[in-house]
Amino acid sequence: MHSWIEALVALFLLLGSLFALVGAIGLYRLPDFFMRLHGPTKSTTLGVGGMVIASLIYFGSRGDGISLHELLITLFLFITAPVSAHMLAKAALQQKLRLSDKTRGRPWEQ
Amino acid sequence: MLAYVIPLCLAIMGLALMLTLARLIKGPDMPDRILALDTLYINAIALLVLFGIWLGSDLYFEAALLIAVMGFIGTVAVAKYLLRGDIIE
Repeated sequence: MHSWIEALVALFLLLGSLFALVGAIGLYRLPDFFMRLHGPTKSTTLGVGGMVIASLIYFGSRGDGISLHELLITLFLFITAPVSAHMLAKAALQQKLRLSDKTRGRPWEQ
Repeated sequence: MLAYVIPLCLAIMGLALMLTLARLIKGPDMPDRILALDTLYINAIALLVLFGIWLGSDLYFEAALLIAVMGFIGTVAVAKYLLRGDIIE
C-alpha cells in the first residue's frame, strides 16, 4: 500500500472519530434537549460518514475493486437520522420539556 | 502509520461512548435517554467499521448495516410510543 493512501485513510479516520467526539461532547454539555438534539444528529452522522469513506479507500486500495456496500451504511444513516430526530423533537414538544432561557420559540403557547 | 492512528481513534470513540453513556444515565427526561441510545448505536456502527479496518476484514459491514436498520426501527418505535402512547394504532 502506498504511504499516501495510508495517510489519507488515517486522515479520514481521525476526522471521523473527532466529529463523533464533538457530537458526544455536545450531547453531554448542552443545556436543554432541543440544543442537545443538534450534536448527535449532525456531527455523529458526519463522523460515521468519515469512517466509511476511510474504509472505502482502504478496501478499495487492496486491489479487488471498489466495493460500494459500505456506502449503503452511510446512505441509510443520512436518510434515517433526520427522520428519527424529527420524531424525537415531536415527542419532546408534546411532553413540554423544560427549556433553557436561550431557546427561542414556544410553539405550545401560541 | 495506521498502527498508531487506529488505537488512537478507538480511544477517541471510547471517550465519546462514555460521554453518551453518562447522558443516558443522567438524562433528566425520556427523550434525552432515547437520544442517547440513538447516539450509542451510531457510535457502535463507527466502532465496527473501525474494527473492520483494523482486522482487514470486510465481514463487519453486514453487522454494521444490521445494527443501523434495527437501531432506526427501535428509535422510531420508542419515539412513537412517547408521542402516542401506542406503537401501532
